[in-house]
Amino acid sequence: MSLASRGRPYAKAASAAFAYVCALCAFASVAILVVLLWQMCRFAWGWLDWQFLTSFDSLLSPQKAGVKAALVGSLYLISLTALFSVPVGVGAAVYLEEYAQRSRWRGFVQTNIANLAGVPSIVYGILGLGLFVRGMKLGAGVLAGALTLSLVVLPIVILASQEALRAVPASIRQASFALGATKWQTIWHQLLPAAMPGIMTGVILAISRALGEAAPLVAIGAAGFVMFLPAGVNDRFTALPLQIYNWTENADEQYQFHVAAAGIIVLLAMLICLNAAAVYLRYRFGRRIRW
Amino acid sequence: MTELASQSKELITLVRSTTINHARSVDDLLERPQKVVAEHVDFFYGEHQALHDVSLSIPANCVTALIGPSGCGKSTFLRCINRMNDMIEGARLEGEILLDEIDIYRARTDVVELRKRVGMVFQKSNPFPKSIYDNVAYGPKVAGVRKRSELDEIVEKCLRRAALWEEVSGRLNESALQLSGGQQQRLCIARALATDPDVLLMDEPASALDPKSTARIEDLIFELKDSYTIVIVTHNMQQAARVSDQTAFFYEGRLVEIGATTDMFTKPRQRKTEDYITGRFG
Ligand SMILES: Nc1ncnc2c1ncn2[C@@H]1O[C@H](COP(=O)(O)OP(=O)(O)O)[C@@H](O)[C@H]1O
Ligand SMILES: [Mg+2]
Repeated sequence: MSLASRGRPYAKAASAAFAYVCALCAFASVAILVVLLWQMCRFAWGWLDWQFLTSFDSLLSPQKAGVKAALVGSLYLISLTALFSVPVGVGAAVYLEEYAQRSRWRGFVQTNIANLAGVPSIVYGILGLGLFVRGMKLGAGVLAGALTLSLVVLPIVILASQEALRAVPASIRQASFALGATKWQTIWHQLLPAAMPGIMTGVILAISRALGEAAPLVAIGAAGFVMFLPAGVNDRFTALPLQIYNWTENADEQYQFHVAAAGIIVLLAMLICLNAAAVYLRYRFGRRIRW
Repeated sequence: MTELASQSKELITLVRSTTINHARSVDDLLERPQKVVAEHVDFFYGEHQALHDVSLSIPANCVTALIGPSGCGKSTFLRCINRMNDMIEGARLEGEILLDEIDIYRARTDVVELRKRVGMVFQKSNPFPKSIYDNVAYGPKVAGVRKRSELDEIVEKCLRRAALWEEVSGRLNESALQLSGGQQQRLCIARALATDPDVLLMDEPASALDPKSTARIEDLIFELKDSYTIVIVTHNMQQAARVSDQTAFFYEGRLVEIGATTDMFTKPRQRKTEDYITGRFG
């Protein structure tokens, strides 16, 4: 028997086994997700209703508890976060890609932005506590929360925008400059519109990250229990992840399981909507802009 | 008869048959004002010198073809004329390039203004991912034209000049990326005309096109040369012979020979030129 033919059945079996293991891994991760979701839906069944969406939290009765303050707080928070992080992030990306000369300084900034994207969000929370809550005396209000979350997501927005700008073909830049456009006009009329789908996708992913963050909000001292809607930017607030965390800490099992699960479903629904929007944008513009 | 000689003869016949009607005479070339004059141009990409002591002049309202083997510096020279090389890090030019007798590399030159006067068409058609209308209107818009009626007028005029109006007049708001390759290249020509330039630089504008689209572009070049000074890079000898009045032959970053196209192709002065145009290398 030759060496090759002796090896072959073994190699074939190993290859099949490897494919099988990989398939199992894929299946396992999906299965875990499905089980988790199923469990959440079962717990939330009968609890997630109109009353839940439109009521404030209640300490007395789990049946009366609602997610209103957290839902509005989260929406408020992510809107402000987008408002701060998008202009600053896109501006930084334009500077780094289009204006900064290739230098050690640029390399340093670039490396650090990549590193900042990996910093645990609790660290930003502590920075936010020192800088915004105490330093600027904003208190633990919506504004301080949004500024802190902006720090968390800024690296994501910058990196995604840089990538989107880099993906615009050089021929577009050249065509614009050759027609007598200035650098600013080229960026504004050609590069940013062409990069917009990529930038928007990055922004939406950043927003989903901000929506799910609890740690930095805990660190700045945002509330877990709030019985009013924030009227101004310095008002105290709560957000969905905080509210859910607060419920799971409750000794009453009805809060721990059912109310918390209903809150989780609301949060997941919002995240799915955001991700669907990202997918849609990519699909829609990916098809329209062909190079 | 040797093979080379017969090839040579064939080409000469071709040149005679195709250029006689269109090409400007040698006397005509000399009499015209010189639109662009390069004087002792050395060009460097960092350490690498891409052009060595290039001096030539380009008469107004003529087509000048730049020919030569790949990598000899044709595109580099072309980009010197509208200073597109400025965008390349480490690029440097020594010598002078005069446009209407003014050095475009002097410190006071407004590069944005220069590029409005010297339009450029690239090798690979590169329309913006916008509508046909917006592509043509872009130049005037960034130059400050705001009035819709004025823009409409420019767009129609330039599309007509680029022989594209008939094909696209009904769908100006459709994406330019839907046009065929040949149409896209004519759109790029229309777009370049919209800033009302004096000089039009074309870097192998037809190299990616089929023969029919190529013929259309060549016809277009004939029509445009009465209004514009055209410099065209081509690696296609027949094309140079068909469209140009003057031909410049580059080799390894140096200008080997320049002259009226009819002369260059029938009685080249340099051995190197003859070898190249008869297809001995390239
Ligand atoms: N952007 C660039 N950076 C560095 N070297 C370049 C660049 N563009 C061209 N060159 C070099 O300059 C020389 C001339 O190139 P080019 O002008 O493109 O030749 P051609 O258009 O005649 O084929 C070549 O050796 C090429 O490698
Ligand atoms: Mg070239």
